[in-house]
Amino acid sequence: MPDQNELHDLVGSEHAAAGSEYSAGFVTDIETDTLPPGLDEGVVRVISAKKDEPEWMTEWRLDAFRRWREMHTPRWAHVQFPDIDFQAISYFSAPKGDAPKSLDEVDPALLRTYEKLGVPLHERARLAGVREDAPEVAVDAVFDSISVATTFKDRLAEAGVVFCSISEAIREHPELVRKYLGSVVPKPDNFYAALNSAVFSDGSFVYVPKHTRCPMELSTIFRINAENTGQFERTLIIADEGAYVSYLEGCTAPMRDENQLHAAVVELVALDDAEIKYSTVQNWYPGDDQGNGGIYNFVTKRGACLGERSKISWTQVETGSAITWKYPSVVLRGADSVGEFYSVALTRNFQQADTGTKMTHIGPRTKSTIISKGISAGRSQNSYRGRVRMNPGAKGARNYTQCDSLLIGENCGAHTFPYIESKLPSAMIEHEATTSKVSDEQLFLCQQRGIDPEKAVSMIVNGFCRDVFRTLPMEFAMEAAQLLEVSLEGAVG
Amino acid sequence: MSLLNVDDLRVDVDDKTILNGLSLTVDAGEVHAVMGPNGSGKSTFANVLAGRPGYDVTGGAITMDGTDITGLAPEERSHRGLFLAFQYPVEIPGVSNMEFLKAAVDAHARMRGEDETSAPEFIGRARDAASRLELDVDFLKRGVNDGFSGGEKKRNEILQMLLLEPRLAVLDETDSGLDIDALQVVAAGINAFRNDGNAVVLVTHYQRLLNHVVPDRVHVLTGGRIVRSGDRSLALELEDKGYGWLDD
Repeated sequence: MPDQNELHDLVGSEHAAAGSEYSAGFVTDIETDTLPPGLDEGVVRVISAKKDEPEWMTEWRLDAFRRWREMHTPRWAHVQFPDIDFQAISYFSAPKGDAPKSLDEVDPALLRTYEKLGVPLHERARLAGVREDAPEVAVDAVFDSISVATTFKDRLAEAGVVFCSISEAIREHPELVRKYLGSVVPKPDNFYAALNSAVFSDGSFVYVPKHTRCPMELSTIFRINAENTGQFERTLIIADEGAYVSYLEGCTAPMRDENQLHAAVVELVALDDAEIKYSTVQNWYPGDDQGNGGIYNFVTKRGACLGERSKISWTQVETGSAITWKYPSVVLRGADSVGEFYSVALTRNFQQADTGTKMTHIGPRTKSTIISKGISAGRSQNSYRGRVRMNPGAKGARNYTQCDSLLIGENCGAHTFPYIESKLPSAMIEHEATTSKVSDEQLFLCQQRGIDPEKAVSMIVNGFCRDVFRTLPMEFAMEAAQLLEVSLEGAVG
Repeated sequence: MSLLNVDDLRVDVDDKTILNGLSLTVDAGEVHAVMGPNGSGKSTFANVLAGRPGYDVTGGAITMDGTDITGLAPEERSHRGLFLAFQYPVEIPGVSNMEFLKAAVDAHARMRGEDETSAPEFIGRARDAASRLELDVDFLKRGVNDGFSGGEKKRNEILQMLLLEPRLAVLDETDSGLDIDALQVVAAGINAFRNDGNAVVLVTHYQRLLNHVVPDRVHVLTGGRIVRSGDRSLALELEDKGYGWLDD
């Protein structure tokens, strides 16, 4: 029977299973159009040209590139990795051939890829494993650098909702893109955001018009396939006055020995009375048990509650990536606006996560809630980093933060870095933090009742995450729970 | 064949001998009380039966239905029908009592090669058992033992016993910390559980539970072994004279 020490050993030595348990780790064999590694102004121009972008977009990218060259990689995060050679990465890779105009024209190899990932790209089927009566979900599928398919576009168009790739939006909706692109995450915001602004390839664009409730869940499934390629997606979601949209993001990649860079930027804009709910189930390849390979997930996500009474809610379930550096944030500008951040981050083996949020209170009576659950196993390091800032105008603003850490074994680490900056003595800021372990007593109770230790750990961890899973749409809550279970496989016994 | 046979059991904890040649035989249909003063090894005995880590069995054997279970993992003993009601039930925040109970009952069903109980059917069974123990329906939705009073925790142990229907229930100081009303409810639960096919071992310091659950045999444990066995009158005599009486 495993005690706590054995438990840790087994978490560390789960490598045999690690290969098989990352079920998304396969490679799709497909002919690609890939740029040679390296980055200069010429490469930026080629990417822009490949996408038939207008001149203003090319200039925007070049401006970002010039700023990026002057910047340095951030060093403050609690993560360690060798310097990245940005000239050794290819900045564009796409399946060969013309972009498909309809789902019928999509390469069958790509359809099979998404089928295998449980995301059928046809409009009759629901997401795999979901009940027949489950709500429909529209999907934008991004494969390496380009969007290969978007489903239910016509149905959404009837409601006035625009859901397409960002490349298409630049061509078809330039007024919206020009107005909002870079308005929440400015080009020089940080090193990776600047890089993304220069070379971003694809991603999703959503516009929900005034007083419209988006008729279905929207979802983008990101897939990195090509070798030595970075994925730089860009997502922009705009909810006009009184609009509501729920958006889900999923990510997977093949198992490769080299680290791969994923540097995305996501911008959300909520106008008066609008609400955006953004959920992520991040399952990038985490690397093997020796710490080889895996995705560097360096992502800038930020939402702006521009309008009064607007609301932006981030939920993330992070189980993948070798390194996660990610702080989905909300700028609360509109009076009475609301920002929420719910996070579950699980690290094991040699994974490192430095994740959290920034809530910037500018408008009066703005309110934010932060619930963060970090689970560490193996030799992993899991950090919560959060900043709550109350500007002088944020009269009556309130924040509640709860950070809980759960340790499995003896060689992992949990860290909490909360920063509170208040220029407003009357602001209400509450912070609670706990650290606990999956205890021998809990395990023994479960075993005594006939539950095997592996199932017991999974049940205890799921219970620990309950507050966050409750905020996910039903079928994704199930997916998240299953993902945790798979990630914890081999944690004991 | 006896349901439980403990033969010359010797157990060390941190290199200190706690059980020193304990022998006990329990047949189906019987209730045995194991009594003893503090530090006599009562709780060690209960935990060793269930296979709790940290106890070093240096000699002897535990057999259930003729099979040696001394080296089995806790969950394997559970699957064979051994149940331990904990003296200090641990909390598992976030895992609802209902979920926990169903996971346990389902694990047993799988071991028997049976289908899992459907959720509605199970909820019905759990609610029936809870109401028999005068527990509120909301009690099943709360986290396992999370924020429960001492009495609620003990009743929750009995609830688990009723749902799992073990062959052998070992109740470790289940009566401690209960007021008289709760004690009667718990005793009624144990009496409802008793039948010809199962057995109960009550590990207790006081004899008051034995007023409500009448034992077939009473054993006195001191110094890590059973020094005296008798019928129910032995418990009353102990209450009257105290454990010191045995040393004379």
